[in-house]
Amino acid sequence: MRAAAVLGLGSHRPALRVDNHAIAARTDSSDEWIRERSGIVTRGVAGDDESTVDMAASAGGKALAAAGIDADAVSLVLLATCSMPGPLPGGSPEVAYRLGATSAGASDVGAGCAGFTYALSMAADAVRTGSADHVLVIGSEKLTPMVDPDDRGTAFLFGDGAGAAVGGAAAVDGIGRGAWATDGEPHAARTHHRTPVQLAMNGRAIYRWATTSLPDLARRACANAGIEPGDLAAFVPHQANLRITESVVKSLKLPASVVVARDVVDSGNTSAASVPLALTRLHEQGEVRTGDQVLLLGFGAGLTAAGQVVRCP
Amino acid sequence: MSVTTDTNTILAGLAEVLEEVAGTPADKVVREAGFEADLDIDSLTMVEVVVACEEKYGVRIPDSALEGLRTVGDAVDYIAGAAA
Repeated sequence: MRAAAVLGLGSHRPALRVDNHAIAARTDSSDEWIRERSGIVTRGVAGDDESTVDMAASAGGKALAAAGIDADAVSLVLLATCSMPGPLPGGSPEVAYRLGATSAGASDVGAGCAGFTYALSMAADAVRTGSADHVLVIGSEKLTPMVDPDDRGTAFLFGDGAGAAVGGAAAVDGIGRGAWATDGEPHAARTHHRTPVQLAMNGRAIYRWATTSLPDLARRACANAGIEPGDLAAFVPHQANLRITESVVKSLKLPASVVVARDVVDSGNTSAASVPLALTRLHEQGEVRTGDQVLLLGFGAGLTAAGQVVRCP
Repeated sequence: MSVTTDTNTILAGLAEVLEEVAGTPADKVVREAGFEADLDIDSLTMVEVVVACEEKYGVRIPDSALEGLRTVGDAVDYIAGAAA
């Protein structure tokens, strides 16, 4: 089987930023309370001209440009999202159309905040088996319209944005085998299916599951790449909450040499977009370099999780 | 695993957990102390305390029980009952 690697990254961050004060005023909360519980200081909020598909196409186009891949060479577009306006149609066909990837297949991937890392594993396997030559993997979310602005527990959590990666054949494997986990016990997490759809969560149950389950999943993903967590150049977990990140970092006993993504501080929780947004930021800021090994770890509603070690393009 | 139901021993063990998880000084960990009101332990830190206690005492403390654990004494008695 041939090897697969990440060839390019791209992101779309909304221009509009909303800080904690604006949200706290409506929820009898405070900037300090929000920071203590989540680490979040500000988040991007998409405008009217920034739909889930708009942002996905923007991030996807940048990733293709970074990879030096023409749109007509894309075999498959995978869009990880949970924030399309409705269950049908998926957003990926329109993203492919707008980018000019007219010979590509397209499918949305639904795994909540773990969607991107699941999709990236599917992309890598499609390249390895020869089902696809180049796969554009995008996480894009417009979550803020789905948030209950009066819910003190969740109004501050979410943000909007998109991130993308191009996977393709390479001389050396740069996308480690995926590691998965799930816990479908119904009490753990839920969304209210009413109109409009609103996000709700049992934060305490998710926090317990995340902090007790993710370290093992992270070790398995590293083992799949033949390395120890301490060998990583960087750790990019889903940006759910800074306290989950810090707890997992502590459990894994990551040395100070491992760069840890803390994009949640500036972006909030952007669900399936958070991992590629955070990875792209580290890459743009020079905190990770070409060939560096980075652990991506997605987890979210379901509950479901997936991770893999990738080499930076 | 050694399991104890001696409440004084559990109290001392809980103080160790709180020091480790939240940096709480041991002398503040008395039965009457409220986790949130007196020890500044918020709901997420409380989850970490509970998980650490579960490992230490081999008991299961479900999320549904957490609401009732307002003071150190509540937690000591719950662990003692669950471990008995």
